[in-house]
Amino acid sequence: MKNAVGREIPEEIIEITGKEPFQGNYYRDDKPITLHGPTIRPVMNNQKSKLVGSIREALEKCEAHDGMTVSFHHHFREGDLIVNMVMKEISALVPMIEDGTITNIESSGVRGGIGEAISKGKLKGLAIMRSHGGRVRSIATGESHIDIAFIGAPTADDYGNLRGIGGKADCGVLSYAIVDGNHADHCVAITDCLVPYPNFPAHISQTKVDYVCVVDEIGIPSKIATGAAKPTTDQRKLLMAQYCTDVVVNTPWFKDGFSYQTGVGGASIASTQYLADIMRERNIRMGFGVGGLTKAMCKLLEDGMADVMLDVQDFDLDAVKSLKNVNHHRIPAAVYANPLNKGAVVNKLDYVVLASLEVDVHFNCNVVVGSDGMITGAQGGHPDTAQGAKCAIVICPLLQGRIPAICTDVTTVTTPGESIDVVVTDYGVAVNPARPDILKALKEADCVPLRTIEELRDIAYSIVGEPDKVEFEDRIVGIIEARDGTIMDVVRQIKEV
Amino acid sequence: MSNPNKYRLRRTMMFLNCQKPSLIKDPYVYKPDSIMLDLEDAVAEREKDAARYSLYHALQEIDYRGVERVVRINGLDTNLWREDIRCAVAGGCDSIRIPKTETADDVRTVEYAIAEAEREFNRPEGSVLIMAALESARGVINAMSICDSSERLFGIALSGGDYSKDLQVPISGTGVEFMGARQHMVIAARAAKVQCFDTVWTNLDDMEGFRRETEIIHSMGFDGKSIVNPRQIPVVHEIYTPSEKSVIFAEKVIKEIDTKKAQGIGVFTVDGKMIDIAFYDGAKRTIALAKASGVYKGDL
Repeated sequence: MKNAVGREIPEEIIEITGKEPFQGNYYRDDKPITLHGPTIRPVMNNQKSKLVGSIREALEKCEAHDGMTVSFHHHFREGDLIVNMVMKEISALVPMIEDGTITNIESSGVRGGIGEAISKGKLKGLAIMRSHGGRVRSIATGESHIDIAFIGAPTADDYGNLRGIGGKADCGVLSYAIVDGNHADHCVAITDCLVPYPNFPAHISQTKVDYVCVVDEIGIPSKIATGAAKPTTDQRKLLMAQYCTDVVVNTPWFKDGFSYQTGVGGASIASTQYLADIMRERNIRMGFGVGGLTKAMCKLLEDGMADVMLDVQDFDLDAVKSLKNVNHHRIPAAVYANPLNKGAVVNKLDYVVLASLEVDVHFNCNVVVGSDGMITGAQGGHPDTAQGAKCAIVICPLLQGRIPAICTDVTTVTTPGESIDVVVTDYGVAVNPARPDILKALKEADCVPLRTIEELRDIAYSIVGEPDKVEFEDRIVGIIEARDGTIMDVVRQIKEV
Repeated sequence: MSNPNKYRLRRTMMFLNCQKPSLIKDPYVYKPDSIMLDLEDAVAEREKDAARYSLYHALQEIDYRGVERVVRINGLDTNLWREDIRCAVAGGCDSIRIPKTETADDVRTVEYAIAEAEREFNRPEGSVLIMAALESARGVINAMSICDSSERLFGIALSGGDYSKDLQVPISGTGVEFMGARQHMVIAARAAKVQCFDTVWTNLDDMEGFRRETEIIHSMGFDGKSIVNPRQIPVVHEIYTPSEKSVIFAEKVIKEIDTKKAQGIGVFTVDGKMIDIAFYDGAKRTIALAKASGVYKGDL
């Protein structure tokens, strides 16, 4: 059957997964749900040590067996050594997909070899791609039951108090792992920096952790939090950043106390810098900034131009350092973006600035599947923040090389058009017709070249032509889950020529 | 033979290397008035034919959305320039830029080749304009005769790099070494009623210096500046944007002259200033600049 974004969701998929097709952003608003509790083994005996000598010993103590679900966080980003360390009993991760050790993957998206393996149909089961908020939701509701959570911790004490800061693999926060600690049956902390008890204030408490395993190295620091990205000199990105800032400062929510989230890309960072200039000029302060944070955002806090930063992830060392500021707060992913709690931070956002691989004339975005059909990206907080923010802006160059990024239908819908308000391209800015208020404000301000989304698509097609549709096999290899757990779209196996 | 584009607005002329298709595919998004598609210095010797190939197809296929397409050919001392002209004219370029122009004969030699190419590729006679880059002391001294050399010539441009080498001085950043050339060229261009363009500013890290230099050449009377990076465009356009006061005045002047002319009155006053027909072109130019800068929404 067709879902609310017009995507065909086969009956068999609905049957196998027990999920419903996507029915609009507010489908599950105010509907009662029951949360899931883990089955745990209390530690009453004060003689018992939580320290284990190896990951293998931890696995044995957790009674690891066939059919279990294990979980990891991604705070160590490209520098993560935990996933392969845990899985290496057999070999590296990709061959494990091929040999069937790993049958299912649930993630906010995957890149590189894993994405390719899934797209080529090498995973036995279905890959489920979720947003950051969707991951918390699925764990908290028990839809994804975690048997063993492996939590890489930059510092830990012998009784399982974990902190994201300090040590050799400093990542600043453990926000995405908190839900794993709360809902997994077993929880194994892995650290390369054991500190004296009590490691307080703990970001994940001893009351959640079964075992602590000390290893030589949990991450590669230079690949976890890089030095602040050098400001981009790419004129196209700067042009789009300027348009984006013009949109922000000419819409009604840009006033004292406004809230803002942006990403880590060159255009996003440049846009934040342009915004800072105008905030200074007009003497406007940011109430709060949120997100994966970068130097550009933390500098607003440091310069006294923002009141509070809410932090779920640190992209550079400056963001990690900024945690010393008393107004820079760590928040769990659940607080950040879980759609099925009693209201997440994203609901309080005025603006979010996002990127996208493709945007179609219905304003649907695709941030996961490349225009060649290969799984190549991650939803991250895209669907969460886009839905939550009053004004969700997507920056997207009209052409990605020879591929039109503004198109009639995206390859895969990952964020529904009803969440997206403004699309900024190098050829002009399109406002979702569902937002006449924004269109009116931008028309009155006469600040950016306004186009309809169809005009942008037509320009793109006039330059590079309309590409043939990517050919897929019938087999479905993955599901794009909406924030609320319904099915936004399916991903099929790519046809290999 | 009168080409309506001869006196078009040319505040910014952005240099683009034809060897790099990614650069020439859509520079109009940055809204320069003109682009200069380079077949000369930016293109490696062994890539000259590939650059011509890219240029031809870009000119044929890409809608540059009203941005003027000037092609810089290789120097007349090479064996490349004739084929450059054939390729540019066949592609549909608007103008040819002659590098290292030293004499009026240089312009006439190119004009002849352009006319031939226009016939060969069935383009209307005179549809391709010419601009001459003066890059040597001799070229600058001959500015007047170069400006007068051809009906197709819309302007001259100072090329600072080669010119300073010829003067045997380094580029100081203060503009002192260009003072004489700039003044001389503007006067010659105005005398011949053609346009005059300033040289590039290459230090992209010194945007303040760039702004300062642009303000100077603007007040000297230059029609525009050659640029090497899109980020220089808004600075030039901002400096060339007429003030609100001057736009209001220009509008009054044009309207009054039109009305008074119909009534047979030659001299009158606007805001207490004596005005006659001599002010007409200047006022028109102010309104054209204001329109291009997006600050004039009137009915002229």
